[in-house]
Amino acid sequence: MIEAVLSIGGIGLLAAVTLGVAARKFAVEVDPRELALLETLSGANCGACGYPGCSAYAKAVAEGKAEPSLCTPGGQSTLEKIAHIMGVAAVGAAPQVAVVLCQGDNLRAAAKYRYLGVVDCVAAQRIADGPKICPGGCLGLGTCARVCPFGAIEMTSEGLAVISREKCTGCRKCVGACPRQVIAMTPLDATVHVLCNSHDKGAAVRKYCQVGCIACMICKKTVPEAYVIEDFLAKVVYEHYQESGAAVEKCPTKCIRDFVDGYPEGSRFAPPVVPVKRQEAV
Amino acid sequence: MTELLLILVGAIFVNNFVLSRFLGICPFLGVSKKVETALGMGMAVTFVMTIAAVVTWFIQYFILIPFGIEYLQTIAFILVIASLVQLVEMVVQKTSPVLYQALGIFLPLITTNCAVLGLAVLNIQKEYSFLESVIFALGAALGFTLAMVLFAGLRERIDLSPVPASFRGTAIALITAGLLSLAFMGFAGLVKG
Repeated sequence: MIEAVLSIGGIGLLAAVTLGVAARKFAVEVDPRELALLETLSGANCGACGYPGCSAYAKAVAEGKAEPSLCTPGGQSTLEKIAHIMGVAAVGAAPQVAVVLCQGDNLRAAAKYRYLGVVDCVAAQRIADGPKICPGGCLGLGTCARVCPFGAIEMTSEGLAVISREKCTGCRKCVGACPRQVIAMTPLDATVHVLCNSHDKGAAVRKYCQVGCIACMICKKTVPEAYVIEDFLAKVVYEHYQESGAAVEKCPTKCIRDFVDGYPEGSRFAPPVVPVKRQEAV
Repeated sequence: MTELLLILVGAIFVNNFVLSRFLGICPFLGVSKKVETALGMGMAVTFVMTIAAVVTWFIQYFILIPFGIEYLQTIAFILVIASLVQLVEMVVQKTSPVLYQALGIFLPLITTNCAVLGLAVLNIQKEYSFLESVIFALGAALGFTLAMVLFAGLRERIDLSPVPASFRGTAIALITAGLLSLAFMGFAGLVKG
């Protein structure tokens, strides 16, 4: 018994001493700021900063190769902490949120066939370009909701993805996951969006969707600088987002929505809290 | 001399650790996307395997057998291998940060790489002499590296080939690994035992 304890203990001791000496001899210096940055970052490894993970981004910032403002999920508080560690001013990019540019759920947008396959938008899109007649609309099978690391996307019972403006951190994971590019990044301050992604002509859109953009130009006539029409689809010019709200009531198909008035029908998210209402702003 | 050569060739080709004995599959699949990293991993495993064979042989015949505590073999061997891997990790981190990054999690995983422990145990089971143990370790490690590099080369080519969507990624890699293993089975007649 005593031999066993001594021999295994001896081997262990020898290994420990060797490793201890080696650790001294081969020590690699790590920038202490890099470690501090890594603790500050959100740790979601979402890739919004353009680096493979939080540690790669922390290294890049510590070496001065990356801007401190790229961690969008961390928001303003993270930016301030990073700026403090690096000893620079906290100047960030405008915060962004993802928006699903579609309101055509199963009640309001027509289907071309019944899809009974795997519950996944990418899989559905591979079969005859998806079960919806609209080539750009939300397929509603929740691929984006599953990749969202922050639980910011809910699927309504009628198959429409809705993104919470409070929970969304702007990490862009959903944008990459959506096979139809129906999710777009928009400035957080702009609450008015054209919730349509169809580039078909108005007559075609009318046939398959009750809430699609028919390119009637009414929004552009109401506030010329705040809207552009490209390929039969109206878009908000986000530099002029303050004025864009005036067209919400005029839109005949109700595809322009101000998120101050709440989320699309069927969503359980509470309306976002925005300090200034549209009518007062004008 | 012939005996040693047979052990070497046998370990590299006939009883290739990865493709015939199916040991060390984890790094084989994990670090074989690029030839460079596969080669680096092969070097690290070669170093660990050879040193491990030397140290475990001494431990077996100078500590475990004289004291009659062969039943502690597994613990003692794991202890030695783990320490060696730590040492290799420190050295690689200091000397080649690029390789350290590329190997990532798989470097510490050599600790639990069954190929290394398997080699140490096989050496004792086959009752190899010291020189035979070292040759066997060298052969096994070279065989591991050969399998890694061949597989990495194949995967680099597969990346550029029009693979059907459902086979892309791990699926085609596993099928390729199986075919490569079958190919190595063809060496079976080369050396007996």
